[in-house]
Amino acid sequence: MAATADGVADDVRHRGSRAGALAPFAVFTALLALSVLVSLCVGRFSVPVPRAIEILFSFITNPGRAIEAMDERIVLLVRTPRVVLAAFSGAALATAGVALQGVFRNPLVSPEVLGISQGAAFGGALAITLGIWGIPLLAVVFVSGLSALIFVGLLARIDGRTEIITVILSGMVVGSLFSAFVSLLQFIADPNSSLPAIVYWLMGSFATATWERVLISAPGLLIGMGLLWTLRFRLNVLSLDDAEARSLGARPELERWMIFGLVALVVGSQVAVSGIVGWIGLVIPHASRLMVGHDHRRLLPASAVLGAAFMVTIDTLARTVTAAEIPLGVLTAIVGAPVFALLLRRHYRDRSAR
Amino acid sequence: MIGLTDATVRFGNRTVLDRLTFEVPRGRSLAILGPNGRGKTTALRTMLGFQPLASGTRTAPPVVGYVPQYASSNQSYRVLEVVVMGRAAGLGLFGQPRPADFEAAHAALDQVGATRFAQDRFDRLSGGERQLVLLARALATGSDVLVLDEPGSALDLHNQERLLGLLGMLRRPRDRAIIFTTHDPNHALAAADDALLMMPEGGCVFGPIAETVVPEHLERLYGVPMRSIQVPGANGRPHDAILPAFAGYPAA
Repeated sequence: MAATADGVADDVRHRGSRAGALAPFAVFTALLALSVLVSLCVGRFSVPVPRAIEILFSFITNPGRAIEAMDERIVLLVRTPRVVLAAFSGAALATAGVALQGVFRNPLVSPEVLGISQGAAFGGALAITLGIWGIPLLAVVFVSGLSALIFVGLLARIDGRTEIITVILSGMVVGSLFSAFVSLLQFIADPNSSLPAIVYWLMGSFATATWERVLISAPGLLIGMGLLWTLRFRLNVLSLDDAEARSLGARPELERWMIFGLVALVVGSQVAVSGIVGWIGLVIPHASRLMVGHDHRRLLPASAVLGAAFMVTIDTLARTVTAAEIPLGVLTAIVGAPVFALLLRRHYRDRSAR
Repeated sequence: MIGLTDATVRFGNRTVLDRLTFEVPRGRSLAILGPNGRGKTTALRTMLGFQPLASGTRTAPPVVGYVPQYASSNQSYRVLEVVVMGRAAGLGLFGQPRPADFEAAHAALDQVGATRFAQDRFDRLSGGERQLVLLARALATGSDVLVLDEPGSALDLHNQERLLGLLGMLRRPRDRAIIFTTHDPNHALAAADDALLMMPEGGCVFGPIAETVVPEHLERLYGVPMRSIQVPGANGRPHDAILPAFAGYPAA
């Protein structure tokens, strides 16, 4: 992320303390490195830290080598794809959350608000009910997530204009409708086979992560995240009132839809491989904002790194705390809700203290 | 440079602007006066292209320095981050501000005398300070057109004096067009060359200050008797001032 450093450096020139501006990034990156290392080592088959580093290093320097030893197979074929998928998903969801909160000028918005997650969930549940698995399932998930967004777009466009409030309301309507469809599918699903699969998938998991799945979702996650990142200064402008944004040369409506499309790409790609994982897009941007401020040029990269670290940590907990895997959605809510509550209280106490 | 020609704007059945025509060339300053709800802000928005026209045309450069009445964002940006957004038009969709853009932002903050709070949080400034920052952002666009929506309305007398001083300073080089709306004819006298009076019954009066900001037009504009008087200014020279002759009733 050389360009991030540039952006930060520009800022630092006029901020005085370089160390002060870069410290949160250093902390977040260290957290990410630590969470990845821990995740590679712990589990039912534990691998000592030096050995894990050695395995990774030998794989990176000599990727063509056959993987034979038990610990190598576990680290490289089971845990690494899982960690990579979790890190990409966490980073992408946090980035999407930052972008949405920016363009909606509303701190309580998350990818679920646009109905994309529910649309994608319906696609997945439908595919499981119909007995569709593998790549076709991913395609169905992605298309239904995107079509939820298109429904929202059509509903919200009144007299050729879309107001922010109508987008939020349309998102709620479409989201509720797709949630109802999901419930209907659960109601009619076979309780012995497809129902458990649907429920498990709806609560989110990286348990099925393989290098193949990483390759399936990585393009969408990385392209979406990368384009949102290049739009980071524009997000500052789009977070202003439409008239102000327009006077600064932006085309708020068109550019908002571009951002919604990128968010759909990210969320669809993530839901397709790991089910619904809530809370990341809401909690991580808030936590990052407290550390680096509201400027999206700093907030976006900071949230991506922190989101990746948080997701990897949650996934490690999900597979190590109990003998059975705990669904991710449950853990992100159990960890996310109290953290969010604390952040909110601290934030508003600070504000009223001034 | 910037203006409207035969502009008509309708909200549903209501015609807000009816064949409005005015123009502000580079080097001149226009004050728009009118009672509440007559369409001052609509005229500004139409001129800037935020409001579709039912008929007529607008003339405006692609980038205009616009100072809204209030800042809208709930994000707590720092002042410098707010001002550098003025550079966005030149940077395009994917552009990032470079050091030259930060220098332009600092120069604009200097120009309005707001450098000392460059690193403060915008949402913790007072109303008068925020307005200075928004003015700096408009200057940072580099546009030679400046449009201000009711710049004086939320300010106390001291801040009004400072704002009028700034508008006078920006007007003096005669290298930009300035348009502002106001409720106070004295603001027009202090900082404008021309005035556009948007009369309550419809119709407009447009022309140089000396012919438009006079009691006979203003009485029609506000429906209040108006008096023009001469008062000595801070430098001792006489200034024109316009006052409403509110009648009131003696209490006893």
